[in-house]
Amino acid sequence: MSPSLSSLTPIIEVQNLRQHFDTQEILHGISLTVQRGETLVLLGRSGGGKSVFLRHLIGLIRPASGKVFIDGQDISSLTERQLEPVRRKIGMLFQDGALFDSMSVFENVAFPLREHGERNEKLIQEKVAHALQLVCLTGHDQKMPVNLSGGMRKRTALARAVISQPACILYDEPTAGLDPIVSDTINQLIRRLQKQLQVTSVVVTHDMTSANHIADRIALMHEGKIHFFGTLQEFHASHDPLLLDFIHGRSYEIE
Amino acid sequence: MNFFSPAHFCTKKFWTQNTFLSPFFAYLGQVGLLALESFHAIFTGRIRPFLVIKQLVEIGYGSQFVVIVTGAFTGAVFTAQIFYQFSTLSMSSAVGPVVCVALFRELGPVLTGLMVAGRVGAAMSAEIGTMKVTQQLDALRALAVHPVDYLVVPRVMAMLISMPLLVTECVFFGILSSYFVATSLLGIPSIYFLQNIKRFIDGHNLVMSLAKGFIFALIIVFISCQQGLTTREGAVGVGKATTEAVVICSLCILIGNFFLTMALNMAFPAGLR
Repeated sequence: MSPSLSSLTPIIEVQNLRQHFDTQEILHGISLTVQRGETLVLLGRSGGGKSVFLRHLIGLIRPASGKVFIDGQDISSLTERQLEPVRRKIGMLFQDGALFDSMSVFENVAFPLREHGERNEKLIQEKVAHALQLVCLTGHDQKMPVNLSGGMRKRTALARAVISQPACILYDEPTAGLDPIVSDTINQLIRRLQKQLQVTSVVVTHDMTSANHIADRIALMHEGKIHFFGTLQEFHASHDPLLLDFIHGRSYEIE
Repeated sequence: MNFFSPAHFCTKKFWTQNTFLSPFFAYLGQVGLLALESFHAIFTGRIRPFLVIKQLVEIGYGSQFVVIVTGAFTGAVFTAQIFYQFSTLSMSSAVGPVVCVALFRELGPVLTGLMVAGRVGAAMSAEIGTMKVTQQLDALRALAVHPVDYLVVPRVMAMLISMPLLVTECVFFGILSSYFVATSLLGIPSIYFLQNIKRFIDGHNLVMSLAKGFIFALIIVFISCQQGLTTREGAVGVGKATTEAVVICSLCILIGNFFLTMALNMAFPAGLR
């Protein structure tokens, strides 16, 4: 990463974030920063609280303690209405898409534009067509979500997340359950958005292929803490057994 | 401390740790806050006319058949019952006003409320509840759209417009069927039936049924939406939210109706003036 970028205020800064549901502690004090224009991949075991962490970054969950800064603004104490301008800067891709099932693909993708005041129907159609082309879904715009495959649903959701050109996009398992070719399309898209539009990305995944392809930096979450935080090169050069298990997919269960 | 002593009722413990009262007040608070948030949104102009029209069609237009049938058959049955009781006292010409008062003041609003709670309240909580458990509510929030603005406000507007009209419709068809049953089946002369209605029924009855319709609309929409918004645990949760919405709405309508009757009868006394 270039030094000029790192000298700017980080787009996301998390300080000592803790979260628990009932008595179960999920996050044990997480601190990390995401610089403008970089792609951070957050690795970790399933059920380790990665998605919960991601939801804090857009204010869907309020921290039990700790702070989350977006563009220098502390969002942990904002009300739902005060969060709206912050959320317009950030797009989010949910794990299973979370498409509005009463709307067609076209209406789903056009939703952010319409809700943010765009009334020019021709412009909306152009933008939606472009977004659907980005995720290879041209020609499916009149289908209802219930008639789509899991992968198509995820790609529709991705088109919906990118259409209003947010400064930062949060991806929750973008390639899980997709075939390798579509996975690669999504990886390419994340890269292209970063290169062409300087979009910052935070990607939660446990797909190492995807991580190798897109990551500038990698954070590994283990037992609710950040176990490793560094560049992709540092990640692969490390001899930490936990990292090696993750890279090679080992579990040490007795065979 | 004695449970029934006044000092006990004044302690904080009584209100916050009582196993029956504290969930009740917490629920009341949640519904109240939802209502506050919705009216704040309405008065600050966060209204989506297209969604309001869609809900009007769904709630108002779609409920008409149920409400008409309910009104018509209640009117018919009530007329027959009153006739058989009153005719032994030679008072059969009083059937008209009795049926009208009952329909305007009680049966119309309450039965419409119960039917709409069953039809619309259940649909509202199931729809919003499903959106909750499939993360569509989170998607709305992530897209900087407040779920109350998008989901609750159109339903509140549509209910406030539809319910008084549906109540009126129910009462109208109740009286119409009463007229036909009384005059053509039970042999009450039409002139007595109509004259006595004119003598005893005035605009206050209509005001009372509209007021009840309006308040029942608020009860149904806020309880059902609140149930939907707080749904948990997947398909089972949606089922539970829906059942609870209908049960709580129905009970609140029936209990609330008693207090409304007491209050409104003080404002608009029945009978001859």
